[in-house]
Amino acid sequence: MADELPKTPMLDELEKGPWPSFVSEIKMAAKRSPASKDLLGILERSYQEKIGHWKHGGIVGVLGYGGGVIGRYCDVPQDFPNVAHFHTIRVNQPAGWYYKTDALRKICDIWEKRGSGMTNMHGSTGDIILLGTSTDQLEPIFEELTAIGFDLGGSGSDVRTPSCCLGKSRCEWACYDTMAACHDFTKNYQDELHRPAFPYKFKFKFSGCPNDCVASVARADMSIIGTWRDNIRIDQKAVGDYASAGVDVTKEIVNLCPAKCMDWDGKMLKIDNSTCRRCMHCINVMPKALRPGKDTGACILIGSKAPIVEGALLSSVIVPFIKMEPPYQEIRDLVERIWDLWCDEGKNRERIGEFIQRVGLGNFLEMIEVEPAAQMVAHPRENPYVFYEEYFEEGEEEAEN
Amino acid sequence: MADAPKKRTTDIGPPHYEQFLPPAIKKNYGQWKYHEILRAGVMKHVAENGDAVYTVRAGGSRLMSIDKIRMICDLADKYADGHLRFTSRHNIEFMFTDEKKIDTLIADLKKIGHPVGGTGPSITSIVHTQGWVHCHSAATDASGIVKSVMDAVIGHFENMDLPAKCRIALACCLNMCGAVHCSDIAILGIHRRPPKINHDLLHKTCEIPNVVSACPTAAIKPTTVNGKPSVTVDEERCMFCANCYTVCPSMTLNNPLNDGVSIWIGGKVSNARHEPMFSKLAIPYIENNPPRWPEVVEAVVNIIDVWKNNARKYERIGEWIERIGWPNFFKLSGIEFGKMHIDDFKHAGLTFKRSAQLTY
Repeated sequence: MADELPKTPMLDELEKGPWPSFVSEIKMAAKRSPASKDLLGILERSYQEKIGHWKHGGIVGVLGYGGGVIGRYCDVPQDFPNVAHFHTIRVNQPAGWYYKTDALRKICDIWEKRGSGMTNMHGSTGDIILLGTSTDQLEPIFEELTAIGFDLGGSGSDVRTPSCCLGKSRCEWACYDTMAACHDFTKNYQDELHRPAFPYKFKFKFSGCPNDCVASVARADMSIIGTWRDNIRIDQKAVGDYASAGVDVTKEIVNLCPAKCMDWDGKMLKIDNSTCRRCMHCINVMPKALRPGKDTGACILIGSKAPIVEGALLSSVIVPFIKMEPPYQEIRDLVERIWDLWCDEGKNRERIGEFIQRVGLGNFLEMIEVEPAAQMVAHPRENPYVFYEEYFEEGEEEAEN
Repeated sequence: MADAPKKRTTDIGPPHYEQFLPPAIKKNYGQWKYHEILRAGVMKHVAENGDAVYTVRAGGSRLMSIDKIRMICDLADKYADGHLRFTSRHNIEFMFTDEKKIDTLIADLKKIGHPVGGTGPSITSIVHTQGWVHCHSAATDASGIVKSVMDAVIGHFENMDLPAKCRIALACCLNMCGAVHCSDIAILGIHRRPPKINHDLLHKTCEIPNVVSACPTAAIKPTTVNGKPSVTVDEERCMFCANCYTVCPSMTLNNPLNDGVSIWIGGKVSNARHEPMFSKLAIPYIENNPPRWPEVVEAVVNIIDVWKNNARKYERIGEWIERIGWPNFFKLSGIEFGKMHIDDFKHAGLTFKRSAQLTY
């Protein structure tokens, strides 16, 4: 079938140059898959016309699930019949995106038989994305995936597939076991993940330290970021070794500390841990000399999202510090209080961050039974329009006493 | 296709990660002491007991065929006892304990077209969305621009020659499936015209109250057209977010004449030094010019070059601009500042310059 590939003069330009070419990838798949062949054709047309040719998703899925499959149809099925249906399947990735080749090969075999042969490794939220199949293949694919131990991820107004950094598996900075926590939360919320029942999507991301390698502060409704409460561990000899090897400790570390809590006299590095902000810069620059403390846990932030509907948000602090130990009961209780409130009071397509903007963080904390803490704000309010809730009535003082 | 399932298994969740961990990773789980970047794309992690694991990181294209996955599996079988992992930015990592394998693995990766790099002060793979390959609301393609930009900046992937890391991301519309809004450089597809309403179909395809409430500026009102329920859009108030289109296919925003790309810079998610921050608008509009979007590539390369030539060590783009001030950035980059750079949505006032601390 190779000689039957459609003519794609514009796409062919994207096979030139040193970076891996997605066009070459589609061409490889197109040698055996009629759908990928038509994908080449329809994409070339988009390049010529400067417009996409995909319609809104219809409601398709597997029995008993409301999420995990994104319906996709093209608007020119008469010209490209093999992508008339081109549905996406989200497959929940293992925590940390580790694989053995036999597991990946089994997924490839299913996808060779029942889909386009094109994938995303991985989608933005973290799932394995199987790109392009028809409605009649969905149940067989699901059956074969579960037979090899994989399940679908989230889509729509549900818990989206949680993701995490590789944490303690290969990183000395991980302040808690992100992969264990991510797997635990994913398993625990299977019903919420597969059966959309929320006002809108809800994402969890687990980062092991404030470097936040999975961008949880920007991309998760609940961002769980590892940190520590005690002192940075210092190996003074190793600091000296970095200095001897050419690191300008004053210029590259002390002067760039956002808390200005460090001092280096050429022999001894001093840190005032009471004002250290746990930013990670000094540790990042001298990993052999500095390490996070031993009293580790996580800071939980809430509410980040991209612009749709009311504007982009970063997550903000809701639990300044918590120990991260299974079964994470305190966090689960908090999550469930938040979901109960949001399901009752949230508007359609209102993310939790937008909900908090609408009702006010102070009110939100009260509703989910969390005490306010100074770590939750960049600074106290500047505007004096305060909704005072406590006041005296004439004579009330005596009556209460 | 009467492939009716005999026995359905549901809600099993993902496979447990532990079965996929390379033996040296499993053995030293939670026992890592420090790491070194030996060269671009090659890391050495050392455990408390002295065990060392070497990681080779290869750039991937997010869009991959099963043929390529199988080739990568062949390499993992050959070099890493059948283990591999992917990063959050579409890179592929191989881990093993024998240092001597590094060079031959890199050579084998080159043979199948995958460069090694993306560690430390470098550019790593661009996270991106589906674009014209698979999305209904894309204002531009994603993979084509990403490929063109990475071809131009691959030197900064394969060499750690930048002041700090530079994270580039692309989203093909404001839905931002790729949540690009906190990137050093964000390439964002944009629409520039209000929705075209299909009044004949709207009442059959959309729930009118949902469409009305989808609009962040309350520009959509219910109405009747030719006796059929529909909506009107106050075009003066439309900011082309396509949120109405997300809930209603009869309100098309895709417009080949006007869709294009905007460039946003200076965001970050890490807490290192400066707190996380949003990206800010650098270039409001560049027209779609497939297949290789040369104007977008040139704009990204210019921003990287100006930053590289002017920033101090460890300063990410946003930190650098915060130090020198935005007027200096516009001067140095040659990018013209105009009305569209000034925010006019909620909280816009917080972005106005409210002091006389200025550069001239």
